[in-house]
Amino acid sequence: MADLARSRTALLLLALPLAAPPVPCQSTVRFDRDVRPLLADRCFACHGRDAEQRKAGLRLDLPDGPDGAYRVRDGRAAIRPGSLADSALWDRVTSADPEFVMPPPRSHEARLDDAERAAIARWIEEGATYQAHWAFVAPVRPALPDVGDGGWCRQPLDRFVLRRLQDGGLGPNPEADRRTLIRRLTLDLTGLPPTRDEIHAFLADRSPDAYERLVDGLLARPTYGEHMARYWLDLVRFADTNGLHHDHYREMSLYRDQVIRSFNENQPYDEFVTDQLAGDLRPDATDAQQIASGFHRLHMIIDVGTALPEESLARNVIDRVTAVGTAFLGLTVQCAVCHDHKYDPIGQADFYAMSAFFNNLDAAPETGARGTTEFKRGLQPPYLEFPTPEQAAALARLETELRAASARVDELKAAVAAAAEDAGRQALDEERKVAEQTLQALRTELTNIQLAVPAAMVMKERAEPRPAYVLIRGDYARPGARVERGTPAFLPPLAATAGTPTRLDFARWLTAPDHPLTARVAVNRFWQQLFGVGLVKTSEDFGAQGEPPSHPELLDLLAVSFVESGWDVKRLLKELVMSAAYRQASAASPERFARDPENRLLARGSRFRMDAEMIRDQILASSGLLVQQLYGRSVKPPQPPGIWAAITLPDSFPRTFAADTGDAIHRRSVYTFWKRALPPPQMTILDAPSREYCTARRERTNTPLQALLLLNEREYLKAARNLAQLALADRNASTEERLEIVYETITGRLPDAVEQDVLLRTARDLHAMYAADPARCAALCEGVTLADGITPAELAAWTMVVSAIYNLDVAKTRG
Amino acid sequence: MHRILATHDVLQSRRRFLKAAAVGLGATALGALLPGALRAQGGPRRGDPHHAPRARRVIFLFMAGAPSQLDLFDYKPDLERQFRQPLPPSVSMGQRVTAMTRGRSQLVAPSMFGFRQSPASGVWWSELLPHLSAVSDRICVVHTLNTNAINHDPAKTFICTGSEIPGKASMGAWLSYGLGSMNRDLPDFVVLTSAFWTGGKRNVQGLYSRLWGSGFLPSRHQGTAFQTVGDPVLFLSNPDGVDPAVRRRMLDAVAELNHKHQREIGDPEIRTTIAQQEMAFRMQSSVPALTDLSDEPDEVLALYGPEVHKTGSFARNCLLARRMIERDVRFVQINHRGWDHHSILPQQLPGQCFDVDQPSAALIRDLERRGLLDDTLIVFAGEFGRTVFCQGRLERDDYGRDHHPRCFSGWLAGGGIQGGIAHGRTDDFSYNVVEDPVGIHDLHATMLYLLGIDHERLTFPFQGLDQRLTGVEPARVVHEMLS
Repeated sequence: MADLARSRTALLLLALPLAAPPVPCQSTVRFDRDVRPLLADRCFACHGRDAEQRKAGLRLDLPDGPDGAYRVRDGRAAIRPGSLADSALWDRVTSADPEFVMPPPRSHEARLDDAERAAIARWIEEGATYQAHWAFVAPVRPALPDVGDGGWCRQPLDRFVLRRLQDGGLGPNPEADRRTLIRRLTLDLTGLPPTRDEIHAFLADRSPDAYERLVDGLLARPTYGEHMARYWLDLVRFADTNGLHHDHYREMSLYRDQVIRSFNENQPYDEFVTDQLAGDLRPDATDAQQIASGFHRLHMIIDVGTALPEESLARNVIDRVTAVGTAFLGLTVQCAVCHDHKYDPIGQADFYAMSAFFNNLDAAPETGARGTTEFKRGLQPPYLEFPTPEQAAALARLETELRAASARVDELKAAVAAAAEDAGRQALDEERKVAEQTLQALRTELTNIQLAVPAAMVMKERAEPRPAYVLIRGDYARPGARVERGTPAFLPPLAATAGTPTRLDFARWLTAPDHPLTARVAVNRFWQQLFGVGLVKTSEDFGAQGEPPSHPELLDLLAVSFVESGWDVKRLLKELVMSAAYRQASAASPERFARDPENRLLARGSRFRMDAEMIRDQILASSGLLVQQLYGRSVKPPQPPGIWAAITLPDSFPRTFAADTGDAIHRRSVYTFWKRALPPPQMTILDAPSREYCTARRERTNTPLQALLLLNEREYLKAARNLAQLALADRNASTEERLEIVYETITGRLPDAVEQDVLLRTARDLHAMYAADPARCAALCEGVTLADGITPAELAAWTMVVSAIYNLDVAKTRG
Repeated sequence: MHRILATHDVLQSRRRFLKAAAVGLGATALGALLPGALRAQGGPRRGDPHHAPRARRVIFLFMAGAPSQLDLFDYKPDLERQFRQPLPPSVSMGQRVTAMTRGRSQLVAPSMFGFRQSPASGVWWSELLPHLSAVSDRICVVHTLNTNAINHDPAKTFICTGSEIPGKASMGAWLSYGLGSMNRDLPDFVVLTSAFWTGGKRNVQGLYSRLWGSGFLPSRHQGTAFQTVGDPVLFLSNPDGVDPAVRRRMLDAVAELNHKHQREIGDPEIRTTIAQQEMAFRMQSSVPALTDLSDEPDEVLALYGPEVHKTGSFARNCLLARRMIERDVRFVQINHRGWDHHSILPQQLPGQCFDVDQPSAALIRDLERRGLLDDTLIVFAGEFGRTVFCQGRLERDDYGRDHHPRCFSGWLAGGGIQGGIAHGRTDDFSYNVVEDPVGIHDLHATMLYLLGIDHERLTFPFQGLDQRLTGVEPARVVHEMLS
């Protein structure tokens, strides 16, 4: 028996997935880490918490209760702690009889393999102890692990990383070189590449705190807020159109500005979240707080005309609750719309109890139809208006003038009616016509000013709360039991309130220091942003079906420190980027890449393709075209022709795409107009989400369409040409120096001998090709005024060399 | 039978883990890290079908806006006598209607169009679809399609992705994911959208890229929308001043340096970048060769009808679809709009049928004579049907019909389909299914079955669930439609 137990332990060790920490030899099996994932995956669909789907009156997610795992049926317990022989479950999972074995073959769930069975056997023999799911227990500050000589470590977090590497028989990579570090940091914290001057200054700064000062400087840049906001906007599905039916324009840009500002001002995350959820309910809510509550107005919404309003209302509310679940709780609460959640302890009633906080918007469930000024402004009440002082003055003046003009028209109408004599009447009538023209002109002026007045859709409660019901099978037309506002029982209780709890109470509940999810979910996303993959890879799902953390104690350390720091986001990011783990070089042997392709063990620096926005912004910034201007309405950089017209309705607003011109097309991508039915292809081809629903992490794919985009996008090629012109401008520079300029500008590095040789040969060959074909050359240089001494062939050849560098893997990758 | 190699990163990581096993990690670790598609007991690897497929490729003719089954497929001669009679409550049973007809009277509008039994099959077809009727021995008409949604947007999202809620993967994306690619030079899943339709501007509905999106699947599985204006594939053509020789020279430099960086950095992803850039270069020739119809004989062009000469016509898209099928594109979706006949249906329906009748019949014939119909599945359907009762003005020759999800008609042809039959029966008002309902998920399950896939075993883990095209409720393969 002792031998058997040992061999099981050995099997168990082999069975551990890479992402889970190895079990020290003497350790017992842990339900949370080793057993629950197996039960959840293979058993809970029929033996979980969903009573409707439950088979044989058995649930394996709980030990006790009439259906619990310890229950005895026909003289046998499903699980008898300490005894495999007395556990019916063991007979079933080990049976060779297809009619008897669990999971049944018809379920298409895989049988438990030897190692998995060994884990279960050991767990039962050791007492079949159940534990709460790790993510539902508040994190506590872990003890720092012993790592022997911890000289490598720069931050407490590094000890956890190092320990994990040591347990796997690995060591960390050396620190990356300074050029890599400044590029990595600048891209990660601002979304833009460093300039050559910045690189040179950093290389020259030999002071011991040069790196730290660089970090502090980057965190203080306004571009930091723009970059951070971009991730947030994916998470909350920010867009410029409704997303449904006509997919009309929807104006939310002040919300975006507010998010940018919040990150730049380093608003504490708990306060930030509270504003998102309930800024409008804050005592003496500021404009900023009310604008932030526009979070609740970001869901897709249908325009009036075809759908049934009660169905639309239900959809809107479900979408809002789903968003709260994904963005703040890291839970798939939407699984409980139709039935109890199969894997997490979220009952259907829990979902609708939460929905009762978010079903009370004082607004129509569908947006208005065309025609009104409000419609053209992309607005739907309730919203707040923020006229500039000039606009306010003009509006006030117009109000007076309109009143007077209107009165004058009425007066003249009456006079015309009263006038008897023809000539006098005609004169009065002429006067009336002029007065009406004046009135009309004033109205047009008013509309034009109103169209330009910034406004923000916000959250606002109805005076009388809407009752909430469980919707049977999620059907809006089948309300079941009425439910009161509440939060799921497995999470900390909502603080008692005098009356009905409000959204503000909900926000306080969510941001209480002992909430097990809020801080973990947030720090995991920030980690994901900097390391490419979260400590919990499924950053949208911390429930039983999510992936367990690669470094559970590290996640807890970060979450606890984050809360203790007052939810200080910049401090957290600094803690991460100051670490030795972050600073590692990303190059490794092919074997190392093969062993850990996603770098979950952190035995090297992370290396991943940049997001679509970063790629575009890098091209604009490095080529000298980027227009750095904070805030404002969305802009429309050019798109390929006809792609909106192919899918919109005749009455869609807007129906066809009209590109902006001038500075607007060179602004950062966070300001790009996002049509949900067809987002900018420059973004979606590179895995940007549609913003129809909340997205906590993007896929990163590598496709031929991406290659075509980066090779052929006209604006990107113009940018390459612009950089080529800049490099050619200094006529005293040698060819080698020119190449250094463009190569360093784009990649942050100087070309080595091979790179120089390849690219200069290319430049020579292309120069010859273009010189031999003036028409081809003229086509590429069209619209460009050549500086003295630069030939078209030279510019054309260098444009293609710059474009070649932009198309290198190292250019689109943050390494 | 072709054995299809999947190149998805799941397989990559599978290989990586098998390697990892050699350096001390148990191969059993694999199980915990692979999605359901691979893990299913005894299940095949992705890229292999579950059973012998009857079809290898699909053309989905999506009639966006919902054609009227009553005027095209579901012949109800007795309605003639019910003109302007209220729909009996025993038929409508208080079913919900849209906001457009809620609270209005429900007066029966018989079809003004004649129906004939096809000599080819004996199945009844509307006079508006003579070409399809003539090939109906190859076609299985389904009268009992039904859906849950009553409005366009959710209903379209449902038929295209298996769910009313955005975020799920579309049919073509599932097949790209499940079966992998059959060719080196073209995408697995192509979308063609008619640039115009004869029914006019009044009864049009919008489209959304989610209808061919990849949802939770990796985005490389999303449909590639071919454009009728500009490049057929976005960003396909070289910019002015860049010709193939320049492009080749530049790409050679890029490849040389990428290879160098791959050696230095070690990241296999760089090799993928190199491969994709080469594929992009090949697409710059393969796509224009695909869309250039100059090698089509006049006789073939004539088969598709006069509209084939117009860029962006449904007819031309059908011909392009055939050329894609010949080149082993896995899934072609053609969207045709203009079917949302709330009003003036008799005025507009003939034009819509002119658009689709001859070309879709030509597609069947053309594939057949090339030996491709046997393993190409064609599916023709809208997102729901239309009501027997009139919306708005009601005359014998002027009426409109509202949305009707409870039953509607479509047809299937090609690989594995029993031709010359009509499946399912509706009541006398084409209002309720009487026999053999075919829900959207049943349609999906049947399509997947024909492609060799068990719909319960094609899964992808997302948000805590093994997601399927056919959702969580039971779905049925409709064997009665199969040959």
